[in-house]
Order: sequence, then C-alpha cells, then structure tokens
Amino acid sequence: MGLDIAFWVLAVVSVGAALAVVLMRDIFRAALFLVLCFFTVAGIYITLSADFLAGAQVLIYVGAIGVLIIFAIMLTRESRRGSPSGRLRLPALLIGLLFLVTMVFVVVSTDWHVIAELPTEPTTTAIAQALFSGEDGFVLAFEIAAALLLAAIIGAIVLVREK
Amino acid sequence: MAVGLEHFLILSAVLFAIGLYGVLAKRNALVILMSIEIMLTAVNITMVAFSRYSHVISGQVFVIFIMVVAAAEAAVGLALIIAIYRSRKTVDAEKFDLMKW
Amino acid sequence: MIFAIILLPLFSFLVISFVLRPFFNNRPQLSAYTTICAIVGSLILSIWALISVSGAENHVLTSTSYQWLAIGDTVINIGITMDSLAAIMVVTVSTISLLVQIYSIGYMKGDGGFARYFAFMSLFTASMLGLVLADNLLFLFLFWEGVGLCSYLLIGFWFHKPEAARAAMKAFVVTRLGDFGFLVAIIFLYVKTGTFDIGELHELALAGVLGGSTLTLAAIGIFSGAVGKSGQFPLHTWLPDAMEGPTPVSALIHAATMVTAGVYLVARMFPMIASSETAITVVAIIGGFTAIFAATMGLVATDIKRVLAYSTISQLGYMMLGLGAVGIGYASGHLDGHHALTLGVAVAIFHLFTHAFFKSLLFLGSGSTSHATGTFDMRKMGGLRKVQPWTYVTFVIGSLSLAGIWPLAGFWSKEGILHEAHAYTPVLFWLAIITVFMTAFYMFRVVFLTFHGEYRGGKEGSHSHGLHESPKIIIIPLVILAIFAVIAGWLPVGDFLGADVNFSFFGALTSWLAWVSLSLGIAGILLAYIIYGRKLLSAKSIGQSLGPVYTLLIRKYFFDELYERFFVMRFLVDGIFAAFQWVDTYIVDGSVNGIATITVAGGKVMRKLETGQLQVYGLAIFIGILAIVAFLLIFS
Repeated sequence: MGLDIAFWVLAVVSVGAALAVVLMRDIFRAALFLVLCFFTVAGIYITLSADFLAGAQVLIYVGAIGVLIIFAIMLTRESRRGSPSGRLRLPALLIGLLFLVTMVFVVVSTDWHVIAELPTEPTTTAIAQALFSGEDGFVLAFEIAAALLLAAIIGAIVLVREK
Repeated sequence: MAVGLEHFLILSAVLFAIGLYGVLAKRNALVILMSIEIMLTAVNITMVAFSRYSHVISGQVFVIFIMVVAAAEAAVGLALIIAIYRSRKTVDAEKFDLMKW
Repeated sequence: MIFAIILLPLFSFLVISFVLRPFFNNRPQLSAYTTICAIVGSLILSIWALISVSGAENHVLTSTSYQWLAIGDTVINIGITMDSLAAIMVVTVSTISLLVQIYSIGYMKGDGGFARYFAFMSLFTASMLGLVLADNLLFLFLFWEGVGLCSYLLIGFWFHKPEAARAAMKAFVVTRLGDFGFLVAIIFLYVKTGTFDIGELHELALAGVLGGSTLTLAAIGIFSGAVGKSGQFPLHTWLPDAMEGPTPVSALIHAATMVTAGVYLVARMFPMIASSETAITVVAIIGGFTAIFAATMGLVATDIKRVLAYSTISQLGYMMLGLGAVGIGYASGHLDGHHALTLGVAVAIFHLFTHAFFKSLLFLGSGSTSHATGTFDMRKMGGLRKVQPWTYVTFVIGSLSLAGIWPLAGFWSKEGILHEAHAYTPVLFWLAIITVFMTAFYMFRVVFLTFHGEYRGGKEGSHSHGLHESPKIIIIPLVILAIFAVIAGWLPVGDFLGADVNFSFFGALTSWLAWVSLSLGIAGILLAYIIYGRKLLSAKSIGQSLGPVYTLLIRKYFFDELYERFFVMRFLVDGIFAAFQWVDTYIVDGSVNGIATITVAGGKVMRKLETGQLQVYGLAIFIGILAIVAFLLIFS
C-alpha cells in the first residue's frame, strides 16, 4: 500500500516536472524541473525494487547530465530569449497525443504475464553478475560502452575547443 | 486498484509523449536536448518495469547501457550546441538550415 | 566430306583475314594462292560429289545433319542436300569461281586491297556453295544473306569512289526488299507447317497438305527473294549499277555466285512453287517480261559492262520463264508430276549452267579490254581486234554462244526454254523470241564497237599501259571459258537432272523452232553488222528518228527516277521518315523530355519538403512510426 501511494505521488510529480520542462518559458527553471523529474524517476526505480539503478540515476542524470545542461545554458547565454515554441507546435501536440493514445491502447489491451511478488534480493550483485559473467554476459558490450564514453569525451573536447 | 505493470508503462508513455512534444515543438536546442533526456528516461522506466515484473535482470543491465549512451549523447550534443552557438550566435533550431541544399 | 566444300573457302577467308592480312601484308600473293588452293579443293570435292551423285540411288547422297539450335521443342539442324541439282550447282560455282580467281591475280595486281579482295571472294564463294547445299530454309537464308553481304562488300570494294559506295548500298538495299519477302515466307511456312526442311515442305505441298492461299503467299514470298537476288523486274535496278565493282567481281556475281542464287532458289523450291498455279504464273510472267524488258535497255547502253548486265538480267528472265512455263504446264495438268518437276528444273539449270560460262567469259573479256584501254565506254574503244586477238576471239565465241548460234552452248539451253515456253505460255514465247533477236543485236553491237573500226582514244586510267594484249594469267581463264562456252551445251546436264532430253547434234536443226530462233539471231548479228560494222545505217539517225523511245531506253524506263523521286523521296522521306521523325520528336523525345520535366517539376515541389529542419524530419519519422503501428494494430 505504501508503495502504491509512493508511486502515485512520484508519478504525478514526475509528469508535472516533465510538463514544466517543455512548457516553462524560463529555460533555467526548465532545467531545474528536469533535475526534479530525474529525481522522481529515481524514486520510481525504488518502487520497482531497482536500488542500484536508482543510485545510478541520481549520479548520472542528476549529477552529470543535469549539471552539464545547466553549464551549457550558462555558456550559451540563451536564457534571456526563453524557451519559445516553434511552428510545429500543433502538429507536435497532435502527434504526441496520438502516440500516447496508441501506447495506452496497446498497454491496456495487451494481456501481460506478470510476476506480482517483489524480488527479494538486492539487484546490485545480480547486475554485476549479468554484466561480467563469462557466459551470456555483457562483457563485450561493457567494454564497447567504455570505448564509446572515451570517444564521446574526446569528441566533445574537439568540438568545443577554441580554434 | 493496486499499482501494476500497466501503471508504470502508462507513466512511461506519458513521459515519452511529453518528451516527444518537447523535441518537436521547442525552438531552443537546449530544451530539445532536455526533452530527449526525458524520452530516454521514459524508456528506462519501461525497461525497469518489465525487469521487475518478470524477474529478469537483463532489463536493468540494458538501462545501464542506455544511461551510458545518454551520458555520451548529452556530452556530445551539448558540445555541438556550443560549437554551433559560437559560429551562429544562436541555438534556435529553426535557424539551423545546414541540411538544406 | 561434303561440308568441306563449304568449309574450305570459309577457312581460306579466315586465314586471309586473321593471319595473312595482319601479318604477311607485304606478300599479298599469298592470299591469292590460299584462295585458289581452297577453291581447287572445293572443285575437286564437287566433281567427286557429282560423280558420286550420278552413281547414287535416286541421285541423292545422304549425309548426317548436325543440330544447330534447340529452342524449346524446335530443333534447327545444319544439314546438306547433295542431289543432282546441288551437284551441278557446286561444280558450276567452283569452276567459275576458280577461273575468276586466277584471272583476278592478273587483274587486281598492284591493288592496295589485294588481300582484302581475295578474303571477300573466298567468303563470297563459300556463301554461295553453302546456299546451294543447305537443306533447310533457315540455313539457306543464312548463306543467302552472306551472299548479299559479300556482294555489298565487293561492289563497294573501291569504297573511296562515291559511285561504288552508292552502288553497293543500292545493291544491298534493293535486294533487301526481296529478302524481306523471303524471310516473311520462311517464318510464315514455319508457323503453318512447323518445319524449315525443304524436302518436307515439298512433300507437304505435293501431298496437298500445304495448299491454297497459304502456299501461294509463301511461294510468292520466296519468289520475291529470288526477284531481288536475280535482278528481276521490278528490282532489277541494282544490277547495272553493280558494275562499279572490280570486273572479276561482276563476272562472279553475274555468272556464279549472286544472281544465280535467285534462279537456284526457285529451282530448289520448284515442287512447292509449282504447286500453286498463281505463284508459278507470276514467276513465268515476271521472267518473260524481264527478259525482253532488260534486253531493250541493253540495246542502247554505252558501257560495255552495263550491256552485259542487262543481258544477264534478260537471261535470268529466260531461266525464270523456263521454270515458270513448265510449272504452268504442271499446274494446269498438261504434264504429269515427277516428269514436269524435273523438266522445269532441268531447262532452267541447264541455261544457268551454260550462261555461267559464256557470261563470265564475256565479263572477263570486257575486263581484258578495259585492262588495255582504261575504260568501259565503248564509244572510246574500237579496233581492239588487232591488238587483243585472244580477247577478241574468245569474246566473239562468248557472244555467239549468248546469241544462241548453233552449235554453241547457248543454243542448246535457250532452245530448251523456248520449247517449253512455246508449249505452255504462247504469249510469253513471242516475247522471248523477240528477245533472241535483241540479244544477238546488242551483243554484236558490243563486238563491232569494241573490236572493229578505228581506235577512238580510250582513257588514261589506272590499268592503262598503252594498247597491248593482256597477260597470260588473264588470257588462260578466257580460253578455258571459251572452250566451255562451246561445249557446255553438249554435256548431258538435262539427263543428269532427270529430264529426258534427246540430245542430237544435228537433229536439233530439224525443228522449225530452232530455225526461227537461229535465223532471228543471225538477223540480229547482221543488223548490228550493218549499223556498227559497215556503218551503212547511222546509229545516231536511228536514235533520233525514234526520239522518245530512245530516250526512254537510255534512261532505263525512268525506273531509277521513279524509285528515287517517288518511292524514296515521296514515300519514304516525306511519308514514312517524316512519320518516324514526328514519332521521334513528339513521342520518343516527348516522353523522355516529359519524364524529365515531371522529375524537375516534382523535384521543385519535393524540395520544399526538405526544409533542412531537424524537427520536421523528426515529425515525419513519428508519423511513419504511427502509421506502421496503426497498420499492425488494424491488420494483425
């Protein structure tokens, strides 16, 4: 019951925060609402018993990406122009709603086979084993992810470097 | 009604649709980038929800990879926006017409 | 073995083209020797085949045929027919060809295209031999076109001369008109009967399975091919112009390898064509008319080779008339089956056989005179009797033979045709008998203008070395041919071909028909002597008094003008070509341009969609995703 209440609260807050991100005129506040949204999503993870991911969500999204975006806003000094909508506002709205309706229809109309019991084990060990175990593991993908991050770092530096 | 898989999926769909609207409708490139992050997060919620309701850990492993890619994407994307801002003095997506012949 | 008759000259062509000409061009004599060796081989094999055929049952040598093409259920074979008709033809063709090649060594000496000349001559002979031996229509058509191609190449041998190039083109295009009918007939026959085999077609025609309008149309189609090749009216215009080629080529074309192909084709298809009364009547009428029609033009031509060309057309008309007359006799039931079919072939091929010798003799003789004077214009010759005695004697023998004077070769074969014509086609017979007179007249007009009187200058040309007799290599073939021009009529060709011919050396003189034609021939010679030998009558004043007729003849009945102005300019250029041009401009180009315009216009519209704006593309992507999802939801 407690989890249900937590879900509803977190869900409402996260949707509200997301809406604020796309609707706010002040870009800086939008960024802050984005951070709030990330926080609530981390909470959602907890209601889903994904403890490790909740931690990672806070570290990566809130800590890294959120800060990065705020830095970028400050660097580009775009905040005074606000966050106006473009010509495609109405089509975008229509498409977004259609997409939402379709997804909801699919979700509701599908007969999901679910295991209702909560997992008892903490996930950290399980994730580690899945990532690094030799068989059926994700070692190669993990290494590639490392290479991707390195490439992204170098790419970002090259792009932003003053000529 | 107890909260089940459907609730998480619908929450994810709502967040995704909001992000989609932001990506398509906003003019500020930074806001577009933020909207993309919302969409990615929405997808992550789906992954974790399925993982939780089927007791398969792979879903969470995938979320880790998505986070890695999202981080890389944010870094490169923001670097691109700053680079474009330097040359064009704007981050208005409607004024980016480099792809037009 | 029989295949070797075709393959030897073909091989010679390949050797000259791919070995001798590229690598030994400094020794052109080699190619002449190669050609001659190959044709000697063919001749020996031909004679061997002739002897074998005469000993074989039914006068037919059977030989295996090889599969050429298999398209679905249709199998097309390469096969050989070696019967008496083919045997006579291959011997004639290879003999004439051999003598012409030997003559060519002398005549073409020093020409830049010596090796090329012999290569083409080999191919020409090979094609003709193949045409004669082929046992099915498709295979025959292949060689038929090969002959056409070689005639084009050789008539236009001196292609740097515009007249030669034009004459070659004309020969090719005009014969192509006839060939079209031939090809259509072949396809038509195949559709109706499912076979290309000549023997099977004959059986079907004789059994009456193939009959009615189908047979008539097919027979006329085949005959149209023969009309084109044999220069019969109305496709005769190419043959006089074909004189632009080297003289030995003319000799070969006229005597052995080209124009005789038409007569041979009709003879080969005779049982089928004669089964249709309409078709065989057409053959007879065209032949009879061409005989006199061409002879009249020969009366006034001033170019010695042109006279001979009209003479050839006229004589080929005789052969067609011979076939047609017997065919009419057969179709109308006056003659019984097998006898009539062999008789028709026999009279025509006998004349073809004798004609081959005296006509090639006359052509080579005219080449010999040109060798001395450098011209073919008889108005510039004269008096050559004294400087070229050998040429003179042989030429006179050839002329007498052509005029049908007893007991030379032409007499016997012409008698045969006149006899059949008299029996079955009385009207055409009278045309033919008038032609006998004309033939004698124009041939001796040539003799008197060229060899008698005073020399009238000639012309400094490529072959002129002053007046002299031609070298031995030119004279020897002339002498050999002259011997044949005398004795060829005594050979039992008709018997060999299966007709019962009562050959009697003096007995021939007992029929009134022989006396009529003989006296007409002698009358023609006398008239020529009076006008051109003695000059008792002025040719000029006769020409003037006949005024319009003379003009009509000298202008060749205006056929060239008719074809040129009317068919080519009005019909083809203004009609069909203009229509093609219209189609080309407005439909072909129009569609291409239209597509281009639509593409450009479409591009102008479509590029508006390509705004270069990321969000528009993103929107499109999601519309696409929604469409796919909607499709899956609705139809799954």
